Amino acid sequence: MKKTVNDLSWMIGGPQGTGVDSSATLFARACVTGGLWVFGKREYHSNIIGEHSYFQIRVSSKQVGSHLDPVHLLATFEDSTARIHAHEVVPDGALLYDPTVTHPENLNLPKGVLLVPLDYAEVLRQVAAETGESFSKLVIMKNTISVAASFALLDFDISVLEKGLAGIFTGRKAKLVPMNMAVAKKAYSFVKRDSIDKFPYRLEQIHGVPQRLVMTGTTAVAVGKLKAGCRFQTYYPITPASDESVYLEGLPEHGMLVMQCEDEISSVEQAIAASIMGVRASTSTSGPGFSLMAEGIGWAGMNEVPLVVFNYQRGGPATGLPTRHEQGELFFAIHFAHGEFPRIVIAPADHEEYFYDSFEAFNYADRYQTPVVVLTDKNIGNNTQSFLPFDESKLRIDRGRVATKEDMSRYSIDGMYKRFAFTEAGISPRTFPGMQDGIFWMTGDEHNELGNIDESAANRVPMHEKRMKKLEIAAREIPEKDQIRFYGDASADLTLMSWGSPKGAILDALPKLKKAGINANFLLVHLLWPFPAEAVTRILKKAKKIVDIEMNYSGQLASLVRRETGIQVHHKILKWNGRPISETEIVEGVLQVAKKNEAKVVLTAGM
Amino acid sequence: METTKINPKNLSEKPLTMKDFKTDVHIDWCPGCGDFGITASVQQALAELKFAPWRVTMVSGVGCSSKTPHFIKTYGIHSLHGRTLAFALGAKMANPEIEVVAVGGDGDGYGIGAAHFVHAGRRNVDLAYIVYNNEVYGLTKGQASPTLKRGEKPKSLPLPNVMDGVNPLALALSSGYTFIARSYAFAGAHLKETIKRAILHRGMALVDVLQPCPTYNDLHTKEWFAQMVESHGQQKPRCFDIEKEGYDSRVKDASNEEEVLSKKKQAFEMAYYRGEQVPIGVFYQIDLPTYYDRIAVNAPILNQYTPVTLPTQDPSGKPTSNLSSALASYLV
Repeated sequence: MKKTVNDLSWMIGGPQGTGVDSSATLFARACVTGGLWVFGKREYHSNIIGEHSYFQIRVSSKQVGSHLDPVHLLATFEDSTARIHAHEVVPDGALLYDPTVTHPENLNLPKGVLLVPLDYAEVLRQVAAETGESFSKLVIMKNTISVAASFALLDFDISVLEKGLAGIFTGRKAKLVPMNMAVAKKAYSFVKRDSIDKFPYRLEQIHGVPQRLVMTGTTAVAVGKLKAGCRFQTYYPITPASDESVYLEGLPEHGMLVMQCEDEISSVEQAIAASIMGVRASTSTSGPGFSLMAEGIGWAGMNEVPLVVFNYQRGGPATGLPTRHEQGELFFAIHFAHGEFPRIVIAPADHEEYFYDSFEAFNYADRYQTPVVVLTDKNIGNNTQSFLPFDESKLRIDRGRVATKEDMSRYSIDGMYKRFAFTEAGISPRTFPGMQDGIFWMTGDEHNELGNIDESAANRVPMHEKRMKKLEIAAREIPEKDQIRFYGDASADLTLMSWGSPKGAILDALPKLKKAGINANFLLVHLLWPFPAEAVTRILKKAKKIVDIEMNYSGQLASLVRRETGIQVHHKILKWNGRPISETEIVEGVLQVAKKNEAKVVLTAGM
Repeated sequence: METTKINPKNLSEKPLTMKDFKTDVHIDWCPGCGDFGITASVQQALAELKFAPWRVTMVSGVGCSSKTPHFIKTYGIHSLHGRTLAFALGAKMANPEIEVVAVGGDGDGYGIGAAHFVHAGRRNVDLAYIVYNNEVYGLTKGQASPTLKRGEKPKSLPLPNVMDGVNPLALALSSGYTFIARSYAFAGAHLKETIKRAILHRGMALVDVLQPCPTYNDLHTKEWFAQMVESHGQQKPRCFDIEKEGYDSRVKDASNEEEVLSKKKQAFEMAYYRGEQVPIGVFYQIDLPTYYDRIAVNAPILNQYTPVTLPTQDPSGKPTSNLSSALASYLV
């Protein structure tokens, strides 16, 4: 039988709170230990215990940034997962199940799926008898059984599992490794040679692959903020954004103040005030919280306060799909809050960009003295990817224009300082409370150079213009590589266009499309505001057929491109069911557009 | 005595007067407004405490009284409606060495900003918060504020108020404020001294300042506050200083639960004082660790540095934060 090696989609599921995440983490880390690459997709309900959750790990011999729809191996330790996901298993795939609770004859399994029964209790009873450990203490290790039995079936070296366990159980928990390994070995032995031979999927170690990071997007953002020197983080609990803040709370050695606030209004304003005092400050939230922050961010724009706001998009509107994925807030991010003020909006598109953009956002905020909104989402935020360690060597902190001695003598009068001075460069040098001769005022009202209220028409015109012109400066200064990213052959037949997290699935799909005879390139819009109209126009003008791909109903990027460049996009691949786009879907969707010239393809995969 | 906590860095080298805290920004309050009295008292208090103006940051919300920072020559943050304390708290936590004084109206603090008011108490941030309480929303033509009692009808209301008034002192007490006081806008020395005590108090301090709104509140006017009223068969001034009559607000031993409870009961009863007289003075006071103290227990580096002084980059801009221990557990 021809074997498929290191190209696999593994799924585990179960009620929330029963260790689904731990199993998946162990599976993923063990694979990476073995030199493989992973992308992990986590789906869960807005619930603490009991509702169905599942984790899908894609394993590959190369870096991957998306999941696949088909499931090659479905690992279960209770009944619900098999019932819910049986139909997703490919005909030559396998179902790992506990025969004491799951009865395959009742499942909607495709014909041909290999059935691999595994009596979890019997595994634990035997280990208990052999080691003298009590059965009840071992029950928690059923996650290890699922992973070990999966590896057995995949004929994967059990040693990687031991390394995986050692990476998870560290410090005081390290003593749990030997017992988990005893359970793993027993589970391994339960999987019959006959099943292994019948199963066409294999995982094989690749040696000599450098160490890699395996983490979620929220963690990548958090460490990016630490690196950027952000020392003031505020938040109000919300899914999925608060993972980032809670992680930072656990690292007090850096001295970052993490403030859990009474609401998102307070969160944004505490961060603004902290920034006025001179510390780099940020807040992270998701849709509903971002809506509450609108007024505060507008105030920061009015008062030229550097501020970094992360909005992890989830399904909207209202509470929407609180634990699911969507890109519904592009228009909101570039337009939120009353009145006109300059804001910079960037959309990192994978785990590595989450780190680098988290760092760079603070430079933008300081340089242009205005709010920077980083549009992230649940897909990357909650999902796991393996990637090479961050290159920190080129990172530089730029605090922007801070008052020099010359500035002080030029803009200070009688102890008071023109914080909003009109300058040739268009940016006013900052002072911070506590600095002698630096006294300024800030107000939500229109103000003069000192920051005192001034409603006069004569002041309004230049002061408003000074603020708004910073957008032009930003558009001019931000290098093109940070405005857009372009992948593939410039003369391709199709140009795929997107922003944010569909990047992974699109990049993964490009070689598959090529095999299917479709030569496509890819334009990723990274800077959403100020809109990089020049760069986008240059690329789209050359495009033979443009296909917009987004996780929303209306195709917001396509509308924005039309508005800002006049170019109309005639083909859209859209998805709004709350589940991220897979590589599988990109391939099928693009084929539909290419072959049938479809104007709109709606994707619906995922449970 | 208040716990003294003035940072020597914040003291002026030369003697100061009220004038050093005045700006020439045009003051657009109505003649006779209580805001004048409160602002003058703040300026006097700052001068007497000898603060260098640039070491002080005044924070306010939105409303007539929230324009105050523009008239005081210190750093000034005139923020958003109701957000006085959110801004003040962020400023103070980011740079705890700066004297942060928050001012705003009763609508700003007890209405739209009520959530921040409550949670500021829970945190015990080292702030003085002065609320200008005139029972109406002056800047929008005199609607009922959260402190206006039910059934009352100042001339600006078409019908009597149908909501109950909040009791700011009782609310502060149940929220965890560690210094709770009331004064009156034209009480002169009393107001100034109370503001000084609030600033010197190490923790979250509230000074609720009763004030007339000459334009919209015709119930509690300057004349009303100046009236002599009957109390226990005698004619007494409307506002009476409880501390002059032997009221002791201070908890001597914060670890003594009995004492804390009895002082809270006393303050609560005084906050709901019945009669024609209006009690002013300090109602409750206790020394407890501030929010910054509590956070520094978990992050001792914050005793050595503050968020604004933490080193984060070298002169070339190269970030100095070392991520290796944070990243170690993710490196496979």
